[in-house]
Amino acid sequence: MPREHYLNATYGIRSWLLTTDHKRIAMLYLVSVTFFFFIGGAFATMIRIHLLTPTGLLVTPETYNKLFTMHGVAMIFFFLIPSIPAVLGNFLLPIMIGAKDLAFPKINLLSWYIYLIGGGFVLYSFSTGGLDTGWTFYTPLSSVYSNSAVTPAVIGVFINGFSSILTGLNFIVTVHTMRAPGMTWFRMPLFVWAQYATSIIFILGTPVIAITLLLAGMERMFHLGFFNPALGGDPILFQHLFWFYSHPAVYIMILPAMGVISEIIPTFARKPIFGYSFIAASSIAIAVIGFFVWAHHMFLTGQSTYSALAFSLLSYLVAIPSAVKVFNWTSTLYKGSISYDTPMLYALGFIGLFLIGGLTGLFLACLGLDIHIHDTYFVVAHFHYIMVGGAVMGYVGGLHFWWPKITGKLYPEFLARVAAVILFIGFNLTFFPQFLLGYLGMPRRYSSYPPEFQVLNVMSTAGASILALGYLLPMIYLTWSMRYGKVAGRNPWPATGLEWQTDSPPPTENFDVTPEVTWEPYDYENRPDLGLAIEGAPTHAHGDD
Amino acid sequence: MHRTGELFGQYKTLEQQRETASLGMWIFLSTEVLFFGGMFMTYTLNRSTYPDIFSEASKTINLWLGAVNTVVLIASSLTMAMAVWSSQVGKKKLLTVFLVATLVLGCVFLGIKSVEYHEKYVEHHIPGWNYQFEPGADVSTNAHTQLFFSLYFAMTGLHALHMIVGAGLLLWLIRQSIRGRFTPEYNTPVENIGLYWHFVDIVWIFLFPLLYLIDRH
Amino acid sequence: MVYITLISLFFGVAITAAIVYFFFKYRRTHPEQLGVPIHGDMRLETAWIVVPALLAMTMFAWGAVVYVDYRRAPVDTLDIYVIGKQWMWKAQQPTGLKEINELHVPVGRDVKLILASEDVIHDFSVPAFRVKMDVVPGHYNTMWFRPTKVGRYHFFCSQYCGTNHSLMGGWVTVMEPTDYAAWLSGASEGNENPVLAGEKLFADKACITCHLSDGRGRAPSLNGVYGAKVLLADGSTVTADEGYIRESILEPKAKIVAGYQPLMPSFQGQMTEEQILNLTAYIKSLQSQPVPATGSGIAPATGKK
Repeated sequence: MPREHYLNATYGIRSWLLTTDHKRIAMLYLVSVTFFFFIGGAFATMIRIHLLTPTGLLVTPETYNKLFTMHGVAMIFFFLIPSIPAVLGNFLLPIMIGAKDLAFPKINLLSWYIYLIGGGFVLYSFSTGGLDTGWTFYTPLSSVYSNSAVTPAVIGVFINGFSSILTGLNFIVTVHTMRAPGMTWFRMPLFVWAQYATSIIFILGTPVIAITLLLAGMERMFHLGFFNPALGGDPILFQHLFWFYSHPAVYIMILPAMGVISEIIPTFARKPIFGYSFIAASSIAIAVIGFFVWAHHMFLTGQSTYSALAFSLLSYLVAIPSAVKVFNWTSTLYKGSISYDTPMLYALGFIGLFLIGGLTGLFLACLGLDIHIHDTYFVVAHFHYIMVGGAVMGYVGGLHFWWPKITGKLYPEFLARVAAVILFIGFNLTFFPQFLLGYLGMPRRYSSYPPEFQVLNVMSTAGASILALGYLLPMIYLTWSMRYGKVAGRNPWPATGLEWQTDSPPPTENFDVTPEVTWEPYDYENRPDLGLAIEGAPTHAHGDD
Repeated sequence: MHRTGELFGQYKTLEQQRETASLGMWIFLSTEVLFFGGMFMTYTLNRSTYPDIFSEASKTINLWLGAVNTVVLIASSLTMAMAVWSSQVGKKKLLTVFLVATLVLGCVFLGIKSVEYHEKYVEHHIPGWNYQFEPGADVSTNAHTQLFFSLYFAMTGLHALHMIVGAGLLLWLIRQSIRGRFTPEYNTPVENIGLYWHFVDIVWIFLFPLLYLIDRH
Repeated sequence: MVYITLISLFFGVAITAAIVYFFFKYRRTHPEQLGVPIHGDMRLETAWIVVPALLAMTMFAWGAVVYVDYRRAPVDTLDIYVIGKQWMWKAQQPTGLKEINELHVPVGRDVKLILASEDVIHDFSVPAFRVKMDVVPGHYNTMWFRPTKVGRYHFFCSQYCGTNHSLMGGWVTVMEPTDYAAWLSGASEGNENPVLAGEKLFADKACITCHLSDGRGRAPSLNGVYGAKVLLADGSTVTADEGYIRESILEPKAKIVAGYQPLMPSFQGQMTEEQILNLTAYIKSLQSQPVPATGSGIAPATGKK
């Protein structure tokens, strides 16, 4: 391990709380998002236990409604959305493009504090009466009828939005102006392309939910009538404004994870990614088209049939670039030199689960089908496959992949592989039954249900206990490895990115000398410095060439 | 800590530093467009649903105060542009003069705004606060005109908030310019804050006709 | 449904199989081994953009056809009014018979539900019929279905609406037509006929003082207006359906009939959804009344312009 690196360069709590080093800020985020993951996870645990019996085992309906609402708010706004961008993105983006830091390091720190303040308001809401409007805050339930702590929650989410906006702004400017010499756009790692696309959504979408929540909050506080029909307002207007952000928000959650997968697969197949420019372009395409599909959440609100047709069509179109990525990742495995390291297991698990989640999205985009499965557990299963089976697996896989770089230590490989498999199995057992529940008609957000739905609910809860184990194990051994893990060295895998050219952990300045980039990304063949098979020796055991 | 105008930290050249700050401000302004955009959208939808009501309600806001404010704000954009020019040609004293003029005009705007708000308070046109459109108005009229005023206060209020932030930024600029920090080689903060100020002005140029000029002849 | 399931299964299984196959077939056999560098293939990329796009279009088209049919109720329907409120459902049969958390319908008949909410957004869903529709305060939504099998089927509220959202359900009972008729008449005693209730309201709320049936009043006659096209002051026409009637009562200034002054006061906050429905039922009953030559809001039949 290097003697001096970003973790030990300076000491004391002030050096952390007032840092402008993007790597330290990433670590600050790591701690905070993990905290909110626990909170959201605790609510999820209570939900699944409660649903073991048809009449509800654990809590009253009021409390149950608060549980699923707070689970959604904590997980979406305070865990999923920041997770990969603010932890892995912050840490890696500058290093991957050869820069010393982001364009605006102080604004980066400000982003974290804004996140904390927003989180504070939301935690205040949770602990003083809770929130029971659903994370979707539909009016007039949220602005007029709910008796829960809506206002502080809305203020908290509003404030938190600015954290996202500033992070997105920082990333975009950094990619434009801070690339090292030779780092052209098409030499950038796909992870950077993914962050860039995500940041476009951050800056264009988040302001809209900010203003929407501001208006809804004002409606509640001052009895105004934007969204309240009794005062001449329109509840459907709220839904349009809300989903205009919240649909692109789901792409905020998945694009970074896709970026992680695009880094892991070439590394553990030891070959360039198949279709680099198509994967890069599809990230941008998803970000753009994603802004035009929001009303597919509103097919049954009574909107015009023409509008429904348009949104259904566009929703199918947005699926295409995601499919392109899946095909390209799979093709990268062809004639690869595949190792079964933990990050690869997460990446392949991601593809499988994202595949199921994405395909079920086709069911939901289908107008005729949506009539039946809208607002049922089918939807719940669909988005958990993408957000948990996809985004969270991408996050955990990314944490494993870059853990040696971030901490300088290796995690215990065998245990990690076991945990990955447990996670994958637990996840499927938890959420696959929910597709069936939805198809059979069980509505979502129900604290009690007809007895015929019990068997599938029990299966889902049983699976959730395995899923929980799958999450706990990495938390334990990753923490353990920081102290007791084997020293990693610069490039343990090895991988081709710029981040692997510097020490593990990196020095505060990232590089001793500004790198000059002359190689293409994932170019294993022309990288003798990686210490792999050299010219002349048999490189691939699969015959042909 | 570094002094304003020095090359520092992660940048390699002053040029890169300047370019970065500029791009950052443009992107920030694009987020502001989306932010105000949501409200403009709400306004547009409600106005097309209730055109007559909006027209009636609009007639009760003080057109003259609004018009004067528009002139004041445009003048302040002029003085701001002059300030940027002054910094580009190295006229440091003139720079400070124009910055102060911009700040003064901005404060005049805010002052006139508070007079307007007070008028609305007296007329019971503040939504949620003893609201009554006119004596004898029925529930439906009250409800819909209240919608207009909710949007009026939300939009002009948010705009005023941005003006106050702008005033704060101007104060900082004035302090730095008095210390002679801005030169033709380095005037990035003046330019970027100028951009912000122009943006806030443009928002008002959209607000004014939409709120004050519905159906006036 | 089956079609989409099959396509999804095909791609799901195919890709998973490919991944699993490659995972084992190409596993690393010696520590320094590289993979074969294949950067891409334009034909493959084109193929897997175009083929899924075409398949997606077929899925879209099928769903679109079903949906468009669903959103356009047939002409001759049995209309039942359904009001959702926290946390119960009230259904009103055409005769005025009211049900709470129950809905009785005859088999083989097209049934249209007119949905109104008294408070927040709800959703009326019958999984066995594969139908649902949001119930939004502030305007009416409609849905229709044709039950094909006698029996009892669950219905649920399918839009989160507060504390007892999960309890806001009930049963749809589909009966043979004769049984339905018997049930309807048997249980009708003591239930107010909505048309009569509406007629009483029409007088009590003084509608009758302006809306004279002979067309000589300050407001247009309402004979024959339900279902007809009304000519508005700005030259456009609108069909006088339930939504139009509701809007006319609550926000009369929104659409002024051609040739009339905007004099009608709003009844916002003075009427419940049920009262509005009763008035609507009464106005509907005036469909067959003689339309006066002048003093009606109905647009001229010969659409010149």
